[in-house]
Amino acid sequence: MIEIIDTGPLNTIQDLGRPCYRDIGVTASGAMDPLALKIANLLVGNDEGAAVIEVQTFPLRLRFRQATGFAVTGGTSATLDGVTLSPWWMKTGDAGQVLELLPSPGAARAYVAFAGGVDVPIVMGSRSTSLRGAFGGVDGRFLQKGDALPLGEASALSIDELGVVPPATALSEFFPVAPDGSLLIRALPAGEHDLFGADAERFWNQSWKISSQSDRTGYRLSGEPVRPTTPIEMRSYGIVPGVVQVPPSGEPIVQMSDANTAGGYPKIAGVLEADLWRLGQARIGSRVRFVRSSHAEARALDHAIAVYVDDVRNTAQMVGRALKTMAGR
Amino acid sequence: MTYLLPQPTDSSLNALAKPPRIASAMQHQAHISTIGARAFLLEAPGDFDLPAQRRIWALAHALRQWDELSEIVPGMTNLLAIFKTTPEDPDAVMARLRDAWEQAESIDIKGKTIEIGVHYGGEHAIDLAALCDRSGLTDREVFRLHHEGTYTVFALGSAPGFGYLHGLDPRIHMPRKTVPSLRMARGCVTIGGMQTGVAVLTGPNGWNSIGFSDLQMFDPTAAVPAIMAPGDTVRFLPERIEL
Repeated sequence: MIEIIDTGPLNTIQDLGRPCYRDIGVTASGAMDPLALKIANLLVGNDEGAAVIEVQTFPLRLRFRQATGFAVTGGTSATLDGVTLSPWWMKTGDAGQVLELLPSPGAARAYVAFAGGVDVPIVMGSRSTSLRGAFGGVDGRFLQKGDALPLGEASALSIDELGVVPPATALSEFFPVAPDGSLLIRALPAGEHDLFGADAERFWNQSWKISSQSDRTGYRLSGEPVRPTTPIEMRSYGIVPGVVQVPPSGEPIVQMSDANTAGGYPKIAGVLEADLWRLGQARIGSRVRFVRSSHAEARALDHAIAVYVDDVRNTAQMVGRALKTMAGR
Repeated sequence: MTYLLPQPTDSSLNALAKPPRIASAMQHQAHISTIGARAFLLEAPGDFDLPAQRRIWALAHALRQWDELSEIVPGMTNLLAIFKTTPEDPDAVMARLRDAWEQAESIDIKGKTIEIGVHYGGEHAIDLAALCDRSGLTDREVFRLHHEGTYTVFALGSAPGFGYLHGLDPRIHMPRKTVPSLRMARGCVTIGGMQTGVAVLTGPNGWNSIGFSDLQMFDPTAAVPAIMAPGDTVRFLPERIEL
């Protein structure tokens, strides 16, 4: 059991979501940065999709009621009883110790995994908080001061400390940086792209600012508006996170983890699934530029990320086994 | 936060005022496009009607046999197919989808019939006056046309368990509002373009409310969370009429 002793207003329990109910109108939810979630879980010996705390408003402070393995990933600077922790690191918190997460300048969201995972009830195959449906997580709501979160049974791994090289560093060759500091996000043209005429090129060429009206549902982008050459009427269609839609204002919306399941705005592009976690870490006020990509590049990125995750999984298991053997001697 | 995206979940009948320009309807072939690298959207050519939707159901049925798909999301005469992994050859995927569409025969789903008791008029019927104005009908006539209709669930979407109901009498078609109501109550019986439905969440809503129902449409803890399924028949029963 852990106890939330202080939290910002927008923090939730998330896992990899409940993606298979879009056909009955249920938002998939799930972590905005699923890669950070997976790594945090693997570091504490969980299945990669166990439920964790997603922190997007800081500070978050929690107290361990008993000794608990935990890992903090994503963007934050964390302390345990005031002692700074290394980023992307697993450690054991003792009973009574306090973990504090403060914001970091470079990324928007942090993940705290606990050995055994956060054991809130599974609703429709997932423990993720569905804010829109008001179910999942802790009663379908944001975490509050005083919440006590039950944990599942930890695996037998007896690691005490372990860290990884963060994916942005380990995979840096796959994630180019723009000279002007814009986040470069790869995307493919979507159904109505060509109906934007010359504006379509302006969509790709300019850097968009992530407006303050952005959250887990979607990011509203500010910039020079883009509009179809003539107004387009759409029939409602199924949507997934990463779809870039253009409402009549001409300023695009990128749907994110809490995306609605259906939409009717024309769509100009769709972000590669392999780049969604990076967009999930983009902060309000920062700039993003979309880069036209291909299925071949998408597969290369998928592969690179899978290799990284496998590497972390194998290393964590190997270290766990080695420590167990040593302890048994 | 739902305020962020009160987007048209079906703007096809904002097309009431002007003829819709629906890209796929201008072609004879299905239109296939991508959303990201793993999702493919097939849009049926032709009108927004029951025959087209029946063929979408047939396509959905056929695609359930494809192991490489993680999810199928039928929309309004369109269908989103989501792959588990990024396909190597997107052109080949599009060709396969097109073949499946060409071979899809209309399915007439033998769905169940759902009866929904409605309190027509009253405090929740916030758009009734506007609908009477637009249609030139009395409120009593509006209610009658609405509850005498037999509706087909075209698809679910937009909110948990929300069914898009097709079969509304053209005399009470009503475009979505350009400025959505910010806090329409769950249970409002609404008209959006040529469709009707019952709001399942309290929140922003651009459809026009003419009454209220307290039937619970969705229960996340139930074995079958949504009451409605595509192909079901829906009838509205006037439990109370408040003029």
